[in-house]
Amino acid sequence: MNPLSDKIEPKDYKSDVKPVWCPGCGDFGVLNAITKALASLRLAPEQVALISGIGCSSRVPAYTNVYGFHGIHGRALALGAGLKAARPDLHIVVAGGDGDGFSIGGNHFLHACRRNMDMTYIVMDNEVYGMTKGQASPTTAPDWTESELTPSGTHARPFQPAAIALAAGATFIARAFSGKPNTLAQMVVLAMQHPGFAFIQVLSPCPTFRPEQKEWKNIVRPFAVDALPTSDPALAALHCQRDDGMSTGVIYVEARPVWKRSDMQEIAIDDIEQEFRI
Amino acid sequence: MALIGSGGAGVVTVGNLLLEAAAVDGSYGLMRRSAGPQIRGGESAALLRFADTPVEYAGDYYQLLIAFDWRHAERFIDEIRLAASSCVLHDPAGGDVPEPIVHTGARLIPIEMQTQAREIECGRANMIALGLVSSITGLKLETISSTVSRSLSAKGENVIAGACACLERGANMGQSLGIELPLPIAHVGTEDRWTITGNQACGLGALKGGVRFVAGYPITPASEMLEWLAPRLAKMGGCLIQAEDELASVNMILGASYGGVPAMTVTSGPGLALMTEGIGLAVASETPIVVIDVMRGGPSTGIPTKSEQTDLNIALYGMHGEAPHVVVAPVSIPDSVFTTQWAVHLAESLQTAVIVLSDQQLAQSRMVVNRPPDIGFVTRRVTAQAGVENYRRYALRADGVSAMAIPGTIGVNYTADGLEHDERGTPSTGSHDHLRQLNKRATKLTGFDYGDHWADIEGDGTIAVVTWGSCTGAVKEAIRRVGEQGVPVRLIALRLLAPLCKQQLNQALEGVERVLVVEQTFSRQFYHYLRSQVDLPKFTESLARPGPLPLAASEISAMLLVDGA
Repeated sequence: MNPLSDKIEPKDYKSDVKPVWCPGCGDFGVLNAITKALASLRLAPEQVALISGIGCSSRVPAYTNVYGFHGIHGRALALGAGLKAARPDLHIVVAGGDGDGFSIGGNHFLHACRRNMDMTYIVMDNEVYGMTKGQASPTTAPDWTESELTPSGTHARPFQPAAIALAAGATFIARAFSGKPNTLAQMVVLAMQHPGFAFIQVLSPCPTFRPEQKEWKNIVRPFAVDALPTSDPALAALHCQRDDGMSTGVIYVEARPVWKRSDMQEIAIDDIEQEFRI
Repeated sequence: MALIGSGGAGVVTVGNLLLEAAAVDGSYGLMRRSAGPQIRGGESAALLRFADTPVEYAGDYYQLLIAFDWRHAERFIDEIRLAASSCVLHDPAGGDVPEPIVHTGARLIPIEMQTQAREIECGRANMIALGLVSSITGLKLETISSTVSRSLSAKGENVIAGACACLERGANMGQSLGIELPLPIAHVGTEDRWTITGNQACGLGALKGGVRFVAGYPITPASEMLEWLAPRLAKMGGCLIQAEDELASVNMILGASYGGVPAMTVTSGPGLALMTEGIGLAVASETPIVVIDVMRGGPSTGIPTKSEQTDLNIALYGMHGEAPHVVVAPVSIPDSVFTTQWAVHLAESLQTAVIVLSDQQLAQSRMVVNRPPDIGFVTRRVTAQAGVENYRRYALRADGVSAMAIPGTIGVNYTADGLEHDERGTPSTGSHDHLRQLNKRATKLTGFDYGDHWADIEGDGTIAVVTWGSCTGAVKEAIRRVGEQGVPVRLIALRLLAPLCKQQLNQALEGVERVLVVEQTFSRQFYHYLRSQVDLPKFTESLARPGPLPLAASEISAMLLVDGA
């Protein structure tokens, strides 16, 4: 980490671009938590890259003043992986929504967990596609009928982000609530300090298309088990499965070798050309 | 010379050893490969031609065919053209000679290779065949033996001894056949010659161009380039990732390039189709990337192991929206080094996507080449300096190229975006920003000086052949032949397919009354592309055929001689 002067504050990580988000959107809290975490870690803005795909929450890079890449739908983790592999010196945070990360980008999610590169992945989960005006997402309940696209519900079991991250091999798994930005900021700090792939599912309400989520602030609570966080995947799986998806906290932390490139500055192009000579 | 047999017969091994040994003895040569779809046990052919100058064309027909067996031979027998003067050495243990082969009138000589090999400890029929070739061609047995010993060094002394005994027996058997096809010898020193495949040549060009990050997903016939690159990139301080799919591949290289590291992916048609959205992002965000597409038969899974030039349209037009980018294609195996190196240079200089169209025929053929010359241009990306006031990533400049800030550079932090944006990079849906940025991205390509590299132009005359890619070898041979008959023909082999250098092409066609456009497609993609871009002479014809049959020089020369002379 690159310590800056003590004076650095969360607002120093914000840009002057006005978010497109609706009033009351949970993503404001996540933006605040990210900038708080960066200030707390005292990271130089130019040493941080915030990478995203497409969706309401994926707009977040432009609202910060770190380096950012707002890519295409579902591919943020691949963008982030390439950047981390090429520039291991940078601190990489990938952020986006539940549709971007678990539906169109679902395959990259699995493989990012497996690969265990040193980066942090924040998914702002509101169980809906907001940017396209309110369709069901992979985490939407099967009987949600408010979308004209799926008028009788999806009839599909909701995606279980934490359990799937666990099965796929993520080494840091947490759930948080955007309405508690300070707690979330602390979690982002832990995630960024974790060596390896750190995944945070943030329950981030959509007041526009899921107004009932305004109640989340009364429902979410910390995991009521002392056993968490655990490094035992079986125990973590048990608590993921028993939970209704609204408990927050760090669930799983594992010390596993981090993906690293084999740096061998051994040879020059002339040496390679030798192999072709007759 | 053609060698055929079912998988496991060691056909490609023999071909490689033969090419290597002939090269050591001073010959130039080319070995093409044709294979079926099976993982193991499918049909396989090694197709060789030797000469005293570099061989870019596989030949109209084969003088010698060695068949270990005829299993599945019907699948590619039409790719192995024979003449009545050809000789076919076939192992009777491999079955009856198929009717189409008999029909050619070639001399059929049954010769026991498997039986003979079995009498020798660790004996292999393919080594008997290599011995036969040695005596038929006059290739020194010592040269072959040492090449074989070197390549089998990991397999132990018994295997080497068995192989050498087979070589000797094969050579003795060959002497009684009375066939003489002496190998053309160039009488040059060996120090400046290489044996290299097109896949390796592209990989080498990428390294020479400065590529230090590659992401790719296995796909025939491109995987070999990834496999060649992986350990070498690591040794040069770079990195290769096997991605989970092509969507990840193209986005990974975008991430790496955004980080300031020249980056590339390698794929074939189906992978290119998946990558098109990512390539559009490279164009919109002005992030340099190189995408190598080793073309194979399409559409869909198509013919994965055989060659075609049918990805031209998707390479030119595949992106949604208006996404100006660069498309280049090597005109030969050694040119794959240059063209790929140039592609990296163009991507970095122009901050855009460059697609390199290779194909199976170039990629999986091995050629004896004169060492490709070192190219002087140095890859250069215009980058932003730390602390520049009022930094605008997508600033409008006369040449269209704006300074790119590399993460880690203080005070010029920005967000790259695939959304349309203003000069700062802030998303914008305004018509003025859209028009300005469209214009910026277009003019930086059209205003660039591509020098003489846009095409290889040879010869003179009122007839011209316009072609590209792996067809160039056959076209050159055809032009040489009709030239010998007193008909001069101009060659224009395009290396830069997009943006098309219209003015230069018109200049190159000055005085030309008749044009033949040669390509390996069904729907004449290249012909239609040229017609849409430039005014070709009224007398312009198209010679197009889809894969996997390569175009023969004889077909091209026949078309050039009809009416035109």
